[in-house]
Amino acid sequence: MKALAARRRHPLATVVVTLLALVVVGGAYTALTPSKAVAAAASTADVQAGRELFLANCANCHGLQAQGTDAGPTLIGVGAASVDFQVGTGRMPLSANLPQAHDKPVQFNDEQIGQMAAYVAQLAPGPAVPAAEYQEFTDDPERISTGNELFRTNCAMCHNVVGAGGALTRGKYAPNLQDVSAKHVYEAMLTGPQSMPVFNDANITPQEKQDIASYLHFVGTEPSPGGLSLGSLGPVSEGLFVWAGGILALVGCAVWLGSRAS
Amino acid sequence: MSSILTDKRTATLAGYVDDRVGASKIVKTFARKIFPDHWSFMLGEIALYTFVVLLISGTFLTFWYTPSMALTTYEGSYPPLVGQTVSEAYETTLNISFDIRGGLLMRQIHHWAALLFVAAILAHMARVFVTGAFRKPRELNWIVGCLLAILALAAGFTGYSLPDDLLSGNGLRIISGVIQAIPVVGTYMAFFIFGGEFPGEVIIPRLFILHVMLIPAALLALIGVHLGLLVLHKHMQFPAPGRTNTNVVGYPVFPVYAAKAGGFFFIVFGVVVLMAAVVTINPIWAYGPYDPSPIGAGTQPDWYILFVDGALRLMPGWLGPIPTEFTTFGYVWSLNILLPGAVVPGLMIMALFAYPWVEQWLSGDSREHHLLDRPRNKPTRTGLGVAALVFYVVMALAATNDLVATHFHISINDMTYVLRTLFFVGPPLAFWVTKRVCLGLQRRDRDLALHGRETGRIVRTADGEYFEVHEPLDVYERWNLVQQEADQLVPLPTGRASGLDKLRARMSAFFFEDRIEPVTPAELEAAHSHDDGHGRELQGDTDPHAVSASGRGSETGHGH
Repeated sequence: MKALAARRRHPLATVVVTLLALVVVGGAYTALTPSKAVAAAASTADVQAGRELFLANCANCHGLQAQGTDAGPTLIGVGAASVDFQVGTGRMPLSANLPQAHDKPVQFNDEQIGQMAAYVAQLAPGPAVPAAEYQEFTDDPERISTGNELFRTNCAMCHNVVGAGGALTRGKYAPNLQDVSAKHVYEAMLTGPQSMPVFNDANITPQEKQDIASYLHFVGTEPSPGGLSLGSLGPVSEGLFVWAGGILALVGCAVWLGSRAS
Repeated sequence: MSSILTDKRTATLAGYVDDRVGASKIVKTFARKIFPDHWSFMLGEIALYTFVVLLISGTFLTFWYTPSMALTTYEGSYPPLVGQTVSEAYETTLNISFDIRGGLLMRQIHHWAALLFVAAILAHMARVFVTGAFRKPRELNWIVGCLLAILALAAGFTGYSLPDDLLSGNGLRIISGVIQAIPVVGTYMAFFIFGGEFPGEVIIPRLFILHVMLIPAALLALIGVHLGLLVLHKHMQFPAPGRTNTNVVGYPVFPVYAAKAGGFFFIVFGVVVLMAAVVTINPIWAYGPYDPSPIGAGTQPDWYILFVDGALRLMPGWLGPIPTEFTTFGYVWSLNILLPGAVVPGLMIMALFAYPWVEQWLSGDSREHHLLDRPRNKPTRTGLGVAALVFYVVMALAATNDLVATHFHISINDMTYVLRTLFFVGPPLAFWVTKRVCLGLQRRDRDLALHGRETGRIVRTADGEYFEVHEPLDVYERWNLVQQEADQLVPLPTGRASGLDKLRARMSAFFFEDRIEPVTPAELEAAHSHDDGHGRELQGDTDPHAVSASGRGSETGHGH
């Protein structure tokens, strides 16, 4: 202590003390602040604005406390990712009482969606909107190949091998995925909207989720190598084309060739 | 074309060949062979020409395709598959598509031609059926044609499976399921065919040798028989003035049909190449390699097998409280798969084979026929044909239920209920509607033949009566409407009739009871004479013949 006391007038003492104070305060701040979450990142003003939007647009079905009613499920614990997906793809607010919500023009701007997400997220912990790095497609061919394999194994049975969509029971369906943003593909896997199962991060890692989205982006944007794709619907549209195109054209030629005789 | 010119050209050709191979007789006979002309006679030609296209493009594909299920790692030029474990069959098909010059075009030519081949066969069969071209002496050729159709399906299905992609692998899985559903021997047969558990490692090489050797050889041989019998029997012709059961009116093979048929071959080839160049077919790169665990939504077979897939989709697992799959005597009876997957197609094929003899038996008509029936003149047969097509289409539609549901926004369950109903109700309804339409058309023909065309000219006679002037058909046109024979009911034999006789009389009644009698010469005479109290001589600018022909047959009670 003596040595320290002796050097307390040293010209660098102020610098050392300031640095120490900064480390302590910074460390305490880091230790005491909750880990990164949308709820915390959002300001109280956002939550308040989100609550007002919620009361005006969602509470009718989801209840004034988001506790759920006969008309709509509870939103406590669904997390910001659910709100961002459902409202960000236009599925919510619901347009009509149909077997499932259709995607349609988005009703709110990004700021409003963020505010509603913040409100729902602070109700109870739930999946957060993916980090910015997972909101983009990758063009790494190896990862696209991984995405292809994962998609074929986990998703193609409902969404078709190239994400063209498919039917489910009673008017429900797995939608076309070829023009969906990386963020929304990610959020859908994370939250399992409507009939879709949840693919959590232990099942399909965040990076693999991005690989899947990137594969869909690849098949959706690359030109079809064989010419017109006929909706990527497989042998049925090909069969239709053979009759409505091929046979019709050839019978037309046959009529032309046979027309002079009779 | 003058016949002298034709003869001269034929002689030149015959002379050329004769000098070299001494085949003047054959060439002369064949070059002078007369064929009648009609667009519908060329449907079979489309099938023949697409078969030639299939042989050519298929040979090209075998140069690079390896029929092996050995596993390898894909390292070709399609990025989303690089590094994945695939079979050699799948890898080489991808290489043909992406790394062999012209390979993708050839693959698409081959596949489009295959779809057209079967479509043309079906259209040809429908034409032969509704025009009665299967009657004596052509019943055997009908059988040959049916065999060709079945072989075409077999060729299509074996070829569809060769790329070993996810789509066709799932198709094979269904076939293996149908085989296993055969009682008692099913599992043994499946193990025999797949060399053990599905999918095994031998099915692709086995399908390959069937696809490139056995089936094409059988197709070629039967096409030879089919065309040989065609030449032997001569081609049938539609009835027209001057065409009888004992002649053929048309053009000779050389030069007219040689040019027409040759030209049509290139048209068919051209249309196939155009389709292949513009439209994707079977994008196996999108389906991925076969692996028994995944499946894609919208997995369907090529269009001609859709009916089997659809029948399987329509079959309920329970009929009320009774399960359609149950276990007795230690065996599993999968009627839910056996009935739609094997029994329904089997019965359809049997009906197809048996039809010419059934119709011959119930009509008691064992004469030779070389004049085609106009479909409307055989309402029951035409009705049965349309009913069979509707049956086929309902099942094919059922196989597309998922796509129809999503694209037309209807519930897949409702669609299944509707199609299950149509499976039973559709064919009888189609039969009834078609038969009524045919009878209506026959009535109109009869009316036209007897009274001519309505002109819309209302004429007032001197004593104040109004009537419409009818313009008679010319005799050539009229011939087509009056040439057919009257159908004869086979009566129940007098005295003690056997059960078979009764059945025959009943079926004959089903076929011929509802009929419009053809116009007889006497009726024509009566309609054209002036003694029906309506014929009026018109003075002045009107052609008196038109008026006389406008006489309306009093027996029909036709108003004017």
